Amino acid sequence: MKVMPFIGVLGLKGAIGLKTKEKELSPVQELLEKKYNGGFLNRREKIIPIILFFMAAVSVLTTLGIVLTLIFETITFFGDVSVVEFFTATEWYPFSETEAVYGIWPLVLGTLKITLIASLFAVPIGLAVALYLSEYAGVRTRKIMKPILEVLAGVPTIVYGFFALTFVTPVLRDLFPSIELFNAISPGIVVGIMIIPTIVSLSEDALSSVPEPVRHGALAIGSTKWETASKVIFPAALSGILASIVLGISRAIGETMIVSIAAGSTPSAALDLTSSLQTMTSYIVQVTTGDAGFGTTIYYSIYAVGFTLFVFTLAMNALAQFISKRFREEY
Amino acid sequence: MENVDRIKSEEMINRIDGRLTKNKIVKGLFFIATLFTLIMLVVLLYRIIAQGAPYLSWDFLQNFASRRPEQAGIKAAVIGTIWMMAVVVPTAAIFGVGSAIYLEEYAKKNTLTRWIQMNISNLAGVPSVVFGLLGLTIFVRLFGFGNSILAAGFTMSLLVLPVIIVASQEAVRAVPNELKEASYGLGATKWQTISRVVIPYAIPGIATGSILAFSRAIGETAPLIVVGIPTFVAFLPSGVFDSFTALPMQIYNWTSRPQEEFHNLAAAGIIVLLVVLIMMNSVAVWIRNRYQSR
Repeated sequence: MKVMPFIGVLGLKGAIGLKTKEKELSPVQELLEKKYNGGFLNRREKIIPIILFFMAAVSVLTTLGIVLTLIFETITFFGDVSVVEFFTATEWYPFSETEAVYGIWPLVLGTLKITLIASLFAVPIGLAVALYLSEYAGVRTRKIMKPILEVLAGVPTIVYGFFALTFVTPVLRDLFPSIELFNAISPGIVVGIMIIPTIVSLSEDALSSVPEPVRHGALAIGSTKWETASKVIFPAALSGILASIVLGISRAIGETMIVSIAAGSTPSAALDLTSSLQTMTSYIVQVTTGDAGFGTTIYYSIYAVGFTLFVFTLAMNALAQFISKRFREEY
Repeated sequence: MENVDRIKSEEMINRIDGRLTKNKIVKGLFFIATLFTLIMLVVLLYRIIAQGAPYLSWDFLQNFASRRPEQAGIKAAVIGTIWMMAVVVPTAAIFGVGSAIYLEEYAKKNTLTRWIQMNISNLAGVPSVVFGLLGLTIFVRLFGFGNSILAAGFTMSLLVLPVIIVASQEAVRAVPNELKEASYGLGATKWQTISRVVIPYAIPGIATGSILAFSRAIGETAPLIVVGIPTFVAFLPSGVFDSFTALPMQIYNWTSRPQEEFHNLAAAGIIVLLVVLIMMNSVAVWIRNRYQSR
């Protein structure tokens, strides 16, 4: 007996539902919300976008956090050390009790040395691989090479660092005995190996996105594959290729573990590539590995160095975006 | 006139050999470059396996860190990494997918949205060591988490967040409009459509991207060093506020010691790390292949 009114209510609701549906069909969604579900769904529909907005805001807050952290702690650092000294002194010698010198140049130079060797190594090889894969290789070779590049890109940098110290350095020292245990060449080469996948995959994307008819046109007037690639496809894809190189360089600048392990920890203003050096990233690692007390000048110096590093990579990333936007060929 | 043409074509025929040879040489050089990257990977793996495999044993997985190489193990590091990922996975996944859904489904196409989007892609290019500095300042000092699992986990979450957002956005964008329209047509609300149509459809794409991001978090070392995670730990954490060590930290510690034995231990640790990463990547590839056919 108790079942009857229940069914009755259901039937009534259904009838109302049908009726309303018939009356106004166009904003079905809103109507159903209001008629059936009352406030709850309505409130949920309003609250959820707000919650999601705050989730999206986290990444903005992260950027803000990075910038503010770096700025404030760097300002504290410049309370102890003069800005002029930071930019003009050619010595980075923070661990002296009496005469600490904070000139960023040796660290920047160390980063530039590593970056230069890495790009000299990675750009030609990376472009060659990209051109081979997009212009010469068959489907099978591409199917084999793509995952291999993905694996190379996924190898943690600590592994590359180990490889640099225990394999590349000894091999180099066998070939050229004048190279020291910690040097710029070995980590430079290995950073190069690390950025090859970045350069290859982005350049290959740029090369492959040049339309087939362009390629066929060049081949049809009698160009060889190399002439097609070098005189037609490469220039057409140039913006993407340059952007890939700049992004690779940006990664090399920010690379930390390979240089911390294999490049040593001697800030050096000499142009020599065979002896120990220190980069901006490996200085931060050196200080935070040891126990530089909170509040000391050394502690704050890692933020000033981090800020400089951040500006470098930001500039490179902005350059990459500018290149790929400004010089894009539209097809 | 005919003569001139014949001379030209003869010249062309003479030149074609040179041009074809050039093409062949270049092709050969490019092939060597490609082979070189392959060989690099093989040498890298071979060196590490040859050096580390003899040190892999049940004891190696079961023992804590030790000053004596023959007794050292990676138990604390493996458990520590698992603890850290227990923080990273939910945090990064929830915030990553939430941000992606907001940007793809709710956000108006205005300057603010474009700005958020640009900010995310820039964040992906910030070096991991700088994220470490952020974690050190905010989580370790300001929030007072110390060098705990929580501090390291949150720092790593922020580091991988941009990758997860971008991957999830692509997955959400790939949901066919017809499906969404059908859902609205049945009277579903926007959130009902998102939670019951869009997300289930996008899950394989989101999972693939997220797993790759998480494998990056497992291998990252620099932020952990900057946050101040210790390397010599002989206990297991019992909660997220405990101090811990992680696999890459342990490997870094062994690598930076001068003795050969510790280098071998580092190689053994790297094998464990790589096996974990390969397993995660295989799962990602499997998901991608399984659902790609749709």
